[in-house]
Amino acid sequence: MTTWHDFLLREGKVPDWPYPVNYEAGQEIEGDVLVIGGGIAGCWAAISAARCGARVILVEKGDTIRSGAGGPGCDHYCDIPTNPLSKVDPDEWAQEMTGPYSNGIGTQIQCREGYDTLLEYEQMGAKIRDDKDEYLGVEGRDEKTKLMASPRQNKDHCRNTVLRVWGYTFKPALKKECKRLGVRIFDRVMVTGLLNEHGIPGNRVVGAVGFNNRTGEFLVFKAKATILCTAGNHSLYVLNTELSGYNSFRSRTMTGDGFAMAWRAGAELTLMETTGPLVLGLGFRHTWYGGAGDASYENVQLVDANGKKLPIPTQGWRDGSMPDAFIPLLPTIREGVLKGEYALPFYGDFPAMPPEEQRATWYMMLREESTSRIIVDTYSAAGFDPAKHQLMSYQLLEGDSPKQWRVPGRGGVLVDWDLRTSLEGLYAAGEQMFAARDHSFCAATGRYAGRKAAAYAKETTEPVISAEQVSREKERIYAPVKRSSGLEWKELHAGIGRAMQYFCSEYLTDSLLRLGLQSLEEIEEEYVPKLYALDPHKLMRSLEDLSLLTHAQIIIHASLARKASSKLLNFYRIDYPEVDPQEWNKYLVIKNENGKVVTRMLPQYFWGDMKEKYEAHNRDYQGVYQGK
Amino acid sequence: MTAKKVALPNLVTPNTPVIFNPEKCVGCNHCVEVCQIDVFIPNPEKGKPPIILHPDECWYCGCCVNDCPHPGAVKFNWPLQQRGYWRDKETGEVFRLK
Repeated sequence: MTTWHDFLLREGKVPDWPYPVNYEAGQEIEGDVLVIGGGIAGCWAAISAARCGARVILVEKGDTIRSGAGGPGCDHYCDIPTNPLSKVDPDEWAQEMTGPYSNGIGTQIQCREGYDTLLEYEQMGAKIRDDKDEYLGVEGRDEKTKLMASPRQNKDHCRNTVLRVWGYTFKPALKKECKRLGVRIFDRVMVTGLLNEHGIPGNRVVGAVGFNNRTGEFLVFKAKATILCTAGNHSLYVLNTELSGYNSFRSRTMTGDGFAMAWRAGAELTLMETTGPLVLGLGFRHTWYGGAGDASYENVQLVDANGKKLPIPTQGWRDGSMPDAFIPLLPTIREGVLKGEYALPFYGDFPAMPPEEQRATWYMMLREESTSRIIVDTYSAAGFDPAKHQLMSYQLLEGDSPKQWRVPGRGGVLVDWDLRTSLEGLYAAGEQMFAARDHSFCAATGRYAGRKAAAYAKETTEPVISAEQVSREKERIYAPVKRSSGLEWKELHAGIGRAMQYFCSEYLTDSLLRLGLQSLEEIEEEYVPKLYALDPHKLMRSLEDLSLLTHAQIIIHASLARKASSKLLNFYRIDYPEVDPQEWNKYLVIKNENGKVVTRMLPQYFWGDMKEKYEAHNRDYQGVYQGK
Repeated sequence: MTAKKVALPNLVTPNTPVIFNPEKCVGCNHCVEVCQIDVFIPNPEKGKPPIILHPDECWYCGCCVNDCPHPGAVKFNWPLQQRGYWRDKETGEVFRLK
């Protein structure tokens, strides 16, 4: 008996809710630093703040042990040029990685401190080297340090800025370290709103409220400093809630809660107008993670059905390319297929690799990355052997992702060199920031925000929360459980997704975007009051929908405000066709000021000289964690 | 075919992301804890495998199986449309994940 209906048929009744439900009743928790989101950035922020002497509260929607996009693992630790194998200067590499509309602040932090986070992972008990000599002879393995350099952006070992790691060991180590340092962890708690001093948006942030998604319990967190470390938003444009497994690089829990919270609290956000095609297990290599088995991953040569090599870089040592290097080549390959030059389907030619490289790719790299460990294990158990077998690739077979099925892009909270947002007391790290990057970026920026928030907490006054704001938020949270009919979360989610597909997708015009806003307002006024939730879990999904709704509105407001097209942002306004005109080659910053949308512009590279600024803000870095 | 007939709505599908082995599963509920989205709830009967309550929210991360402390107690079960193919390089024979 495993499924719900098995239980029902056998027992003649549905199972009781397994946790004691206690809506609204709750507790107030007080600390120096509150971290919202227990993924990679959040755990690092909590650990760092605790090491700096702060009393830390960490709140996580799932369970910190495996939650977040980085919960299941991480195969590559990228852009850590202070590692001993590196052949590049960290500050120069940070510059190199910082193009238009990127995040120079976070990238500089990643390049300077990313390797330090990796060493600290090791101190926490995670594995970062081939200390058992399992991968002797693998290209990039350094005998002295037993670190394994990756071929990513590393043609013929010219850079060594990326290391292959055993990321499956990371997340449990982080949780253990949080516990060791006395971080108070609240798992299964969804934070729904930030608290401002005197309850007025735009004021200093003094905490947050949320509820337990198993018991319904209400929680009020009061803190001197708060760090937003929640994730992006994967499912905004997705109508079918049962499709979550198709693009399994992100889980269902990532619903833009942080953007919505920051917006309602009055913080500034930027790049919110960017969206891009959602890869529904179509074409792009990360299909692999969806279990579909696209073998065209790093180091593996793709061949056609007749064994003919495809002109796609292998991301190996001889070409050193990045995972998306094949995208511009696809139209030519498609043409070749239609002319009979290449035969479908394609295969990843594992047997053509030297045996040690087969092992390093299949058994190490792919078993350590996010959701692919279970793929490797189930395929291996079913008989797949990289020494004999070629894994099918679904390039072209799956077609292109429809342009209306999208994901929000680089938008996020605006931060300064302390990773402080535009609001006093509120910091942000990881994917919560604008133009965020990968695992090591989240680790390094989380750790950095943790120490900056702890330093602020030492200097600041006691926070005072507004009882009125708390009760307003409480009313908002529990409204859906007071109804037992109306609109369920899945339908609301689909309704929001459809409005975005119609009015804020491939075809962008002022009038379409305004129709979109109107449609979302109608949803807010007519349908949200009908939302119902039958248990605390569905209450969480309902509140996530409200995050989606706010996030959708921010995207449309930002899209309306950018009156130009941009190739760099993949943003095309039919009514403003000029692409990247000089006067619009800027970051659009947006915030909610007393219900009014306010925007301003920031120039490219507004963060100034990265090396100089970083050093000016971190003179104490060498000693900051010593003995902790 | 003598079982009592009941009226059920269409079930959420796919609905079996994992298969528990009741012989080996001791109902420790570790999988219930590591799942970041609460696909499972503990079985009301102690010592029995968890119940799959929210299969439609599964993102197939595999942590429930990867982290299970009791070998063989739980097996991953890819939805049919997620089962990939491979072929033997020498013979050309094509296999599909079973």
